[in-house]
Parts: sequence; structure tokens; C-alpha cells
Amino acid sequence: MTYFVQQFLNALQLGSLYALIALGYTMVYGVLLLINFAHGDIFMIGAFLGVTGSMVLGLPFVPTLLLSMTITGLMGVAIERIAYKPIRHASRLSVVITALGVGLLLENGMLALTGADPRSYPSDFITTTTYEKWGINISNVKIIIIVLAFVLFIGLYLIVQRTKWGMAMRAISYDKFAVPLMGVSQDQIISLTFLMGASLAAAGGILWGVAFPVLNPYMGMRVGWKAFIAAVVGGIGDIRGAMLGGLLLGFIEIMVPAYGKSIGISSTWRDPIAFALLLLILVIRPTGLFGVARRQKV
Amino acid sequence: MSKRLITLLLTLVLLVGAIGPLTVAAQDDCDFAGEVVVGVIASLTGERPQVGVSTEEAAQMAADEKNAACGVQIDGENYEVVILVEDSEAKAESAVAAATRLIVDEQVHAIIGPQASVEAIPAGQVANDRETPMISPWSTNPATTVDRPWVFRAAFLDPFQGPVVANFAQAEFGATTAAVLYDIASDYPKGLAENFREAAEANGIEVVAFESFTTGDTDFSSQLTNIIQQNPDVLFTPQYYNEVPLIVQQARELGYEGEILGSDSWGTPDLIDLCGDACNGLFFSTHYAPDIATEVGQAFIGNYESLFGSKPDDVAALTYDSFQLLYTAIENAQSLERADIRDALANIQLFEGVTGIMSFDEQGDPIKCAVIIQIQEGAFTYYDQACPAGFPPASADATAEPG
Repeated sequence: MTYFVQQFLNALQLGSLYALIALGYTMVYGVLLLINFAHGDIFMIGAFLGVTGSMVLGLPFVPTLLLSMTITGLMGVAIERIAYKPIRHASRLSVVITALGVGLLLENGMLALTGADPRSYPSDFITTTTYEKWGINISNVKIIIIVLAFVLFIGLYLIVQRTKWGMAMRAISYDKFAVPLMGVSQDQIISLTFLMGASLAAAGGILWGVAFPVLNPYMGMRVGWKAFIAAVVGGIGDIRGAMLGGLLLGFIEIMVPAYGKSIGISSTWRDPIAFALLLLILVIRPTGLFGVARRQKV
Repeated sequence: MSKRLITLLLTLVLLVGAIGPLTVAAQDDCDFAGEVVVGVIASLTGERPQVGVSTEEAAQMAADEKNAACGVQIDGENYEVVILVEDSEAKAESAVAAATRLIVDEQVHAIIGPQASVEAIPAGQVANDRETPMISPWSTNPATTVDRPWVFRAAFLDPFQGPVVANFAQAEFGATTAAVLYDIASDYPKGLAENFREAAEANGIEVVAFESFTTGDTDFSSQLTNIIQQNPDVLFTPQYYNEVPLIVQQARELGYEGEILGSDSWGTPDLIDLCGDACNGLFFSTHYAPDIATEVGQAFIGNYESLFGSKPDDVAALTYDSFQLLYTAIENAQSLERADIRDALANIQLFEGVTGIMSFDEQGDPIKCAVIIQIQEGAFTYYDQACPAGFPPASADATAEPG
């Protein structure tokens, strides 16, 4: 039992991190129907800004987090203005290619800027303490990650469901041609979406760097793909779906090596099994767990 | 562009042109009759950039030093050493492309590198097929040289290193149980993990967990929870310096209090920066200790430090030794024919390098000692050494002493 609880906590940590990043994919898709493939690299930028904040400016955890979320959020807005806005009415394919290009630009720009050497946060950024009770070890890092992920998720959910801004976002997602006629500025709402999505990615990046303290310019690619898949499984466009998809992926990735051994599956099967299960979900529910089928307007 | 700017630029160009020849003036009285072209394959970008940097620096130093001493001597003539560095991006396919380019397009006399086994094994195939001598300084997986008469290395092998670590675990900590965590998708960790398991079991150490992951993974909490549940005395993890901090910190966070042991892939100083205090006191086996006390070793370390401002790591030391082996072979052969260089390399006996004394066996692998290093206060410190039975012969007793 203690073994299960321990693995459950491991899964909750990994799943929370995936979920935070998946939220950004899902928000942008929800509003713009755009899959922002640069999102993983925005996550990487957030993590590296955290390194700058903590190493160069010597800031502690919370100010670093807020600073990185703010700057990364503004970068998200800038990326939308520069790269996506001019092609808002172009074909879907051009948009996808642009997003991939932006991702590569961020990745290689960071590589040119900082070199390929991996980085980590200073050791006094968060002093790790491990609490032990009934044979279960839980560190303060785990607690912070899990709690913060849920707080951010709930905050985002409330913003989208309960505020006027959130209502405008949902409205644009429903009909982007009718909403401007109601006097809502489409540009402002889209900017807000990118601001929130990118700052969530930055939070994810810093927490990721605390949990896995080896950061490099390529880190966004793999994590970004996984979070994207989590968002699709959850039903891309739905915030609850992104959260659930992220947690689900985290659980499968932890539980396969944890229990696979006893039925003769080595831990190497973690990724194949994880993705096979996710594919299976999509076969049963093609729009994802929370997804609603969109009717194509003719 | 204004006239003044143009004048300024021209002056600069002239100045640089004037300084250029001055700095190499020392070599002018050497009268080079030709060139020894050495291809260097280094992972300058990709997952292990520090390895590439060390390779490039040591190669540059080995070439400059030799040229300052009038280069390689063949038949009383001086041959200038020219190095061509290719980036392998820490990837097998790029290492193959680099080796092919160097051999076919550049017609190099020999290749030094690539370093990691995952790159050296496929690149070695290219060198062997195209009959070009290749020395991998750092690769320890047996497959790099097996049945490849043209491929050599400067590092000892994992079938030797595995038992060294297993013996150390038993002698130092009285370990009776051990666990292994390794990357199943990379040749070096996979091979060494298996060598360690065999040696440990032969010693009567029970291997209670043998867990794997895949290159690029960062979360090992599931495997580590498995391992910790078995409560092993030691955890052996033959991973690269960019992965070790993740493993060590996650293991401690999950409550593991036993020993964590490593291998030569730990020996890059970046490990200490990334790992912080978490790696303090841990041991690993490797090729050389920066506080090694031989004359050859100290001279190399002093020069390297004054040139590049940092202590050389094992990659730099082995790369430098590979160059010296190549020079020795060419001068012994008195020829620049690739086949003659190959034969002379195979015949090198009791060569004294920075990383100790070595001889080559029929497979192209060196017979040499390993050192055990402890990480102390942010430095790699010599702790002990382990040699193959009966090596080095008593007459050549000049290997490492504690510094």
C-alpha cells in the first residue's frame, strides 16, 4: 500500500506538470483553433528566464516565478502579434508551419544565446526537504508542484467560466465572426489568451526545472509533444480536458514501470504503452474525453 | 559607408594581417615538408557539449605543442600537424557522416574521436571499411573495436570497468545487495550495466533491481521507487553527467540513503555544477584524476590550465593521449601511409600517457589501470586505483600516486 501511495504521488507530480503545459495548448486552440506548436519552446523560455532570475538577479522562488510568468506571457503576446496575426485568415497548413517555425526559432535562438550546456537552478532556490511518514516520502518540491498546478488550474477555470473576459473567450471560440459585432475586441481577447497560456507554460517550466534540474534549449520539444497529446486526449479546447489528459499521461508513465515488472513488462515499455492507451481513448472518443464534435460550417 | 569607416576597416585588416604571421613566427624556422592531417570528431552541440569542448581544446593543444616542436618527424623532414574538427552533435548518424566526410573529402591520415560509444561504434565501422586508422579516446563499449583492425581506443573497456566498480562496492562498503538504473537505448550505459551485474553476481552481491529508462527521460521516480523498495546497499548508475544529477536528486528526495556509484561518464566538471551538494561524497571509476602525480600528467594539466583556464577532464586527457599515440605510431612507422600507421599503433607497448601507462592488445584496446574518484567539496579527488592483474610490469612502475 505504501508503495502504491508513493507511486501515486510520483504520478501526481509528473501529471501536474504535463497538465500545466497542456492548458496552454488547449486555451489557444479553444480561442483560435490554432495548434501552437511553439508552446513547448515557450515553456523552455520560461524555465530559462527562471534561471536568469535566480542566478543573475539572485531572486528567490516566488519573485522568480512571477517575473518569468510575466515576461514569458508578454513574449507569448508578441509572438502572436508578429507571427500569427498576419496569417490569421490564411490556410490551416500555413499556420501550423508558422508555429513550427516559431518553435525552431525560439529553440535555436536560445541555443545561440546560452550555448548547449545544460543549466540548473542554484541550490538555495528551493531547499529540498523530504518528509517521511508511514514509509512514504514526500518532498516539499512535490507538494509545491502539485498544489501550485491545481491552484493555477482552478484559477484559470474560474477566469474562463466566471469573468467577462472568459465569456468573451468562449464566445470567440463559438463564433469568431459574430463576436466583434457585439463590440468585443477580438484582438484583445486573443492577446489575453496568449498572455495566460504563455505564463502558465512559464510556471510549468520553472516547476519542471525544480523537479528535474537539468535544463537545455531542447527540453521543450519532447515535453511539448507529450503535453500536446495530453491536451488532444482530454479534448483539445477544453480546460478540464487538458488537466485530465495531463494527469492521465503522468499516471500511465509512472504506473507502467511501477507495476509492469510484476507482469513481465520492462520499464522500457513506458512510452509505447502510454501512447497505445492514449490512441485507444481516441479510437473510442475521437474528440477526446471532454471534446465536443464541431460542426463544419458550409 | 563613409570613407573614414572604410579606412578604419582597412587599417584593421592590415593590422590583423600583420599580427597573424607574428604569432606563428616560432614555427617558421621548422620548414615543414608536408602535413599530417588529423580528423577530429567532437560532439560540439547536442546532449553532451562539454565533451565536445574538451575534445576540441585538447586536440588544439596537442597539435600546437607538436608544431611548436617542429611537428612530426619522418625521414628527417618536418610534417606540420593540421586538425580538422567535425561536429557529431552527440548523434550516431552525424558521427557517421563526419567520419565519411573526413575520410573521403578531406583524405585525413587518421581520425581521433568520436568520444561516446553511441557515436564511436558506428563511426568505427566507417573508418574500418574505408581503412583509415581511428582512435576513440573515450569510448569504453567493446563493440567499438571488436573485429575492426583499423579502430583503436585510449580508454579501458567496460568488461574491465564493471568489475572494478563491483569490487569497490564490496571492499569499501561491504555491499551484499545492489541495484542498477541505466538507459537501455544507449550503448555505453547498457553494456556497462550488464558488465556490472555479471561482476557483482560473481562476487556474491545480489542484484535486487535492474531498472531501465530511455534516452531523454527526466522522471525516474517510478523506477527509483521500485529500487528503494528493495533497499539495496549500493545503487550503480552508469549515466552521463547531464543525467546523473537528476537521478541522484530524485533518489534522495524519495528517501534513498545508500551509496550511489558511477562510472567514467560522470567525470565532466559540469556534473558538480548541475548536481550541487547532492553529489558530494559519491564515488565513480574513471581514467584519470586531475590530482594525479606523474610528471607527464602534471605537465599536461599545468599547460592546459594556463591555456584554457580550467582543469582538464578525462575526455581532454584521453584525447591528448590519443594524439601522442598517433604521433608515436607515425614516427615509429616513419611513414604517412594509413596502413603503416595502423600497424605501428597496434605495436605500441608500455606507452606512458597522461592517463597512465598503456599497451595495446590484439583487439586494439589498451591494457591500463582505472582510478576511483570521490567527489569532494566540488572537486574530483583521487581515491584509489585498480589495475589488471600483473599490469603495469614492475619495471614500468610510474603510475598514479595519491596527490
